[in-house]
Amino acid sequence: MAKVKVSRKSTRIDMTAMCDVSFLLLTFFILTATAKMPDPHPVDAPASTVQTKLPEDNLATITVGDNEVFFNVLGREVRRKTLERISEKYNVPFTEEEYTSFSLMEGFGVPVNQLKGLLAMEPAKRNEPGYQKGIPFDTINDQLSDWIKFSREASREFLNEEINSGKKDVKYVDLDIAIKGDADEDYTTIKRVIDILQDQKKNRFFLVTGLRDEDF
Amino acid sequence: MAELNTGGDGGKGGKVRSKKSNPGVDLTAMVDLAFLLITFFMLTTSLSKPQSMNLAMPDKNKEDIDDGTTEVQDDRTITILMGKDNTLLWYLGKFDEPLVAPTETQYGKDGIRQILLQRIAAVKKLYTKEGEGLIVIIKPSDKTHYKNLIDILDEMAITNVQLYAIGDISKPEVELLEEKGMY
Repeated sequence: MAKVKVSRKSTRIDMTAMCDVSFLLLTFFILTATAKMPDPHPVDAPASTVQTKLPEDNLATITVGDNEVFFNVLGREVRRKTLERISEKYNVPFTEEEYTSFSLMEGFGVPVNQLKGLLAMEPAKRNEPGYQKGIPFDTINDQLSDWIKFSREASREFLNEEINSGKKDVKYVDLDIAIKGDADEDYTTIKRVIDILQDQKKNRFFLVTGLRDEDF
Repeated sequence: MAELNTGGDGGKGGKVRSKKSNPGVDLTAMVDLAFLLITFFMLTTSLSKPQSMNLAMPDKNKEDIDDGTTEVQDDRTITILMGKDNTLLWYLGKFDEPLVAPTETQYGKDGIRQILLQRIAAVKKLYTKEGEGLIVIIKPSDKTHYKNLIDILDEMAITNVQLYAIGDISKPEVELLEEKGMY
C-alpha cells in the first residue's frame, strides 16, 4: 500500500505583526489613561445605581469625611486665579513659586493661614494622615464658602478669556460642583455643605457615588 | 519575518555546515503579556471615571412645595423620615392627620421600594393628568448617615419618581423617631 505522506508544515505562526499591533494599542492606552492622583483624604463614597458620569473639566470637588472638608478645583489656571482672589481677601501674599505649587496641587484641606506651610512641603508629604485637618466651614469662619465663590469667579474669568482669545468650542457654563461624601458621614455635615452651596444660589450639583450591582 | 536567514553563506570552501537551528524568537509570551496589559488599561480607563448622581435642590427663596401655598392632595404626598442605623419611617399625607400612619420599613427592594411602587400605582389610578405623580418628601434627621440619603435618592431614580425634595425634619417628627428608638 502506498503511504499517504502528510506534509509536515510548521505549526508556528509568525507573531511579529500581532506583537506590533498589540504594543501599539498598549502604548495608546497607557498614554490616554489618566493617572490617579492621591487624595488628601480618602473617602468611601456610597454606592448607587445611577450612572451619570462626572464632567471631566470645569469641576470643583468638595470631599467630606470625618467632619473635615477638602476642596479641589480642576485646571491649573482656574486654581491660580482662585488663589489670587483668596490672597486678596485674606491679605496673605503668595510668591510665584507658591502659586505654581498650588496650581499643581490636587485638593487640599487647610485653613488659609496654614496654606503657606502646606505649599512649602514636599508634595509627597502633604497627604500624610493627620496633617490636613480640613477647611473651616462653620458659620463663624466660613472659608469653604469663599473657596467655592472664588473658584466660580475664577472659572468664569478663565472661560471668558478662552472665548475672547477666539476659541470656538468653548461655551460659558457655570462651574460644576461635586460633593464626594463618605458613606458614614452624618447628614448634618453634608447639609451644611449643601446650605453653603444654596446660599450662593448653586442649587444643582453632583453627588459622587460608587457603583452598585443590579440586584439592589 | 522575524527569522534571520542563516543559510550556508559559503564559508571557506569547506563543507562546514552550520547547524540549522531556528533563531526566530518565540513572540507568543510577549504577545500574551501585551494583550494582558491592553485589557487592563482598557478596563481601568473606562471604569475609573467616577459615577455621580444629579441633585437639584429647590431654590431657597421660593416657597417649599409642602408649605400649603400650592394645593397638593394629601394622598399624593408620601414623607420618608430617616433615622439612625438604617431605619426609616414613612407616612402618607400630613403629619398631624396622616392617611397612612407612620410605618417602619427598611431600605432596599423589599422595603421602601415596594411601598413606593404601590403608591405610584395608586396615584396613577386616582390622577390621570400629566405631571400629577407621586410626591416624595425626604426628611433625613441629624443622625442619618449620608449613605442612607444616597440610598433613598437612588430609590427615586429606580422607581422613576419625578417629584421629590429633601426637606428639613420638624420637631414632632424627631420626637416620633425618638419614641421608636430611631434617633
